[in-house]
Amino acid sequence: MIQTYIYSFLFAGAVCLIAQIILDNTKLTAGHITSIFVVVGAFLDTFNIYDMIVNFVGAGALVPITSFGHLLTHGAMAKAADYGIVGLTMGMFDFSSSGIVVAIVFTFFFALFFRPKD
Amino acid sequence: MEKKKYDELVEKHKPHETRVQNAFIAFVTGGLVGVLGQFLVDFYSWWLHISSKDASTFMIITLIFFASLFTALGFFDKWVTFARCGLIIPITGFAHSMTSAGIEYRKEGPIYGIGSNIFKLAGSVILYGVVSAWFFGLLRLIIMGG
Repeated sequence: MIQTYIYSFLFAGAVCLIAQIILDNTKLTAGHITSIFVVVGAFLDTFNIYDMIVNFVGAGALVPITSFGHLLTHGAMAKAADYGIVGLTMGMFDFSSSGIVVAIVFTFFFALFFRPKD
Repeated sequence: MEKKKYDELVEKHKPHETRVQNAFIAFVTGGLVGVLGQFLVDFYSWWLHISSKDASTFMIITLIFFASLFTALGFFDKWVTFARCGLIIPITGFAHSMTSAGIEYRKEGPIYGIGSNIFKLAGSVILYGVVSAWFFGLLRLIIMGG
């Protein structure tokens, strides 16, 4: 129980630490780094490595943006198992759609009702 | 001022320990967001009697909602400036980039302002995520057959 919290802290912290080191020591911006991390997450899920990390670490592995790439590959592969190559396009957003929908809906309403603060 | 002299001056005044400090802050804040995520998963699965897989979806929704709300209320920007990658790399950074772009461009109208700009930063995450997931999925289909 308490172990999961320690692993979550260490894993999520380590991912952010790597990102911060890249940000401070190269010319890459935060946008570059988040995009790279999504690709890394998608790659790690290709051979189920990220699944092992999630099983071991717990939610700490689901919080960083690498998890978004993992969910995309995961959804694509789940449908591809049934429908082959066409299935890759059918299930890609199966697991990550709730996050995207929530982000879009609340962003829309907050953007309507809140003014920028300077 | 000559370029060389200027560079020397910049080098002299550039604080060196800030990189270590930034890295430490990013590690701790990122780790705390991870702990918060784990706590929310445990809380939802206990409260709503759902599997931890469903609870993790609820957890992602909660984090996105509050990151969006705090950005709209104006103080999340300060947190991000402080923690940097500690809040940008977790899913909170995705929500923050969308909401801050939406609020910043709202004066240009609902279509060309909010509609065109909310994915200004988050769009690249989705683009490269989708393209790489498609490519790696294809690779896996070819190599392992599913």
